[in-house]
Amino acid sequence: MNPSNYVVLSALLFSIGTIGVLVRRNAIVVFMSVELMLNAANLAFVAFARMNGNLDGQVVAFFVMVVAASEVVVGLAIILTIFRTRRSASIDEPNLLKY
Amino acid sequence: MTELMPAEGVFSLIWVLIALPLVGAAILLLGGRRTNKWGPYLAILTVSAAAVIGVLMLLGMMQDSAEQRTYGQTLFTWVFAGSFQADMAFQLDQLSICFVLLITIVGALIHVYSLGYMEHDENKRKFFGMLNLFVAAMLLLVLANNYLLLYVGWEGVGLASYLLISFWQHKDSAAQAGKKAFIINRVGDVGLSLAIMLLFVTFGTVSFQDVFGAADKASEGTLTAIGLLLLLAACGKSAQFPLQAWLLDAMEGPTPVSALIHAATMVTAGVYLIVRSNVIFTAAEWAAVAVICVGLITMWMGAIIGSAKDDIKKSLAGSTMSQIGYMITAAGLGPIGYVFAIFHLLMHGIFKAGLFLGAGSVMHGMKDNVNMRRYGALRALMVLTSTTFIICYLAIIGIPPFDGFFSKDDIIHASFERSPIIGILAMLAAGLTGFYMTRMVAMTFFGKARWEDDVHPHESPKVMTIPLVILAIGATIGGMSLVYWGNIESWLEPVVGIKTVELPLPSWVYELTTLVLVLIGAGFAWLTYARREVPVEAPHGNLLTRAAREELYGNHVNDALVVAPSFWLSRVLVWFDNKAVDGFVNGSAAFVGGLSGRMRRYQTGFARSYALSMVGGAVLVVLALVLVRVS
Repeated sequence: MNPSNYVVLSALLFSIGTIGVLVRRNAIVVFMSVELMLNAANLAFVAFARMNGNLDGQVVAFFVMVVAASEVVVGLAIILTIFRTRRSASIDEPNLLKY
Repeated sequence: MTELMPAEGVFSLIWVLIALPLVGAAILLLGGRRTNKWGPYLAILTVSAAAVIGVLMLLGMMQDSAEQRTYGQTLFTWVFAGSFQADMAFQLDQLSICFVLLITIVGALIHVYSLGYMEHDENKRKFFGMLNLFVAAMLLLVLANNYLLLYVGWEGVGLASYLLISFWQHKDSAAQAGKKAFIINRVGDVGLSLAIMLLFVTFGTVSFQDVFGAADKASEGTLTAIGLLLLLAACGKSAQFPLQAWLLDAMEGPTPVSALIHAATMVTAGVYLIVRSNVIFTAAEWAAVAVICVGLITMWMGAIIGSAKDDIKKSLAGSTMSQIGYMITAAGLGPIGYVFAIFHLLMHGIFKAGLFLGAGSVMHGMKDNVNMRRYGALRALMVLTSTTFIICYLAIIGIPPFDGFFSKDDIIHASFERSPIIGILAMLAAGLTGFYMTRMVAMTFFGKARWEDDVHPHESPKVMTIPLVILAIGATIGGMSLVYWGNIESWLEPVVGIKTVELPLPSWVYELTTLVLVLIGAGFAWLTYARREVPVEAPHGNLLTRAAREELYGNHVNDALVVAPSFWLSRVLVWFDNKAVDGFVNGSAAFVGGLSGRMRRYQTGFARSYALSMVGGAVLVVLALVLVRVS
């Protein structure tokens, strides 16, 4: 199996995730897209680790997973708080920090 | 060049001549009210002591042989910068001793006179202190042995003149007159400082001995430039055209000041400068011609202005301007005229001081009124004043055997030696002198009394009339003694050189013609002002009279040429400061404000638009990296 195919897959997943972040209105879905981007990055790291023949990429993938987990915790907490106050999960609604 | 004798014996006191009045000035001006009681007497003492030392020095000089009369005394090295050196050093020779005696003796007489004139003034002490300061500065000017030290004295007398003209500071006209005098003088001072710089560049030194010794090695163009700059300096100090406008306004000062500074001594500093630099002017033809032109123009301007002014002091100031024009013309004639310029300077110092002090005495008795149209028939009430005034008047118009006859006729004679045009102009001006001085005497002492109601004319106290008598005696015997008893021509010859040219007609023809012209002018004035009624209100007068009353529009020309452009320039600079400089500063502030006003619209508050800009930025960075790798 050609490892470079996995890099192409990772790029595709990343762009799908980016478009999801930019286009979807629900905060939870935006979060899911961010997770998708992170996982795409993981896939790219592992594929490159396989291509270079050492385990550096796999170690970084571990780091990425830890970061993703902690980010999800904090992010979901923020979304829940906003939902409790505003009764809405749209990310367009809270726009008070403007000029 | 004459050798420099060491300053021994009485000549070791050269520095004391300057130090005495300087210490007097310092004590009076810095001592404050404590010195009020005895201050004036100390001032008289210092100047009199300097006069005594001066006379002793003259006696000592007369015993030396003619080549050994130049004494040098160096106190210390003052400026020592690379190749330039100027010492605090003095040079006393036949020329300086004439000035020393004139300054100290006439100065002492005027100090005594001021005791009476300024008796009721509460700032009397300061007045005497400033008079002493003036005497010290003027002595420094004539005793300096290099141009830089001369410049110090030059500035000093300018300062003293400013202080004394605006002595009555509460009067706005006096304050303005002081400023005007100082500023116009400054223009001349620029000429002197440029001349000093040019001298240093050309000769590497500014001391008289070295400059005059090396003068023939410089190019004529350089010497002409130096000469013209020195002429500019002399014009400023001696109130010659085109820097003459300040002299008439300077009459705002107390009369002793007008007598000492603006008649006898400070205004003659310009003549001293030119005669001292005779080596330069003899070598630079065109500069000397310029000197003659300036002298002739001023000779006539002063006479015309003096003929139309009703203020006695301003008329005398016009006369001073004219007489100094005579001296400057004589100095411009070269070796044929230098001696006579100094001769007339000394004689003029005596009789002009006498005239001014006499005018002050008249003013004292007429409640300080200066308008001659309000005088008349004062001869009987002010016997001493009128007698001494008339003696000095006879001296100035040149009636033998009084002073002016000898010196003025010598100048006219020398003018004819140079060119008949100059001679005729000088001769006709003598006739005009006869006119305006007779006008003054007739309006003041003769005719009908035109006094105001509360004026009771009376003779002045002895402390004021005794100096008048002494000056009148000087005006009578001075000329004769300097020609017959001790000859001034041979006295000054080693310093300035002398030359005579044969004239087609014998000298008595010129003297007689001048005398006739003077008598015609005097007679005309007598008929107009003593025989006929003098109107109390000045009549409208013809065009020349009105122009002369306006000082031949000298002030208007100055206003248009100098004052108005200066104001315009300052308005332009203010406009530039307000519009351009402030505009730039305010504009950049407005620009930053506007920019930030536009930029803050990026903060929309939408998280998704922030995300979009982040994605856009990341894409640009990746593109840049890819392009760099590819190229």
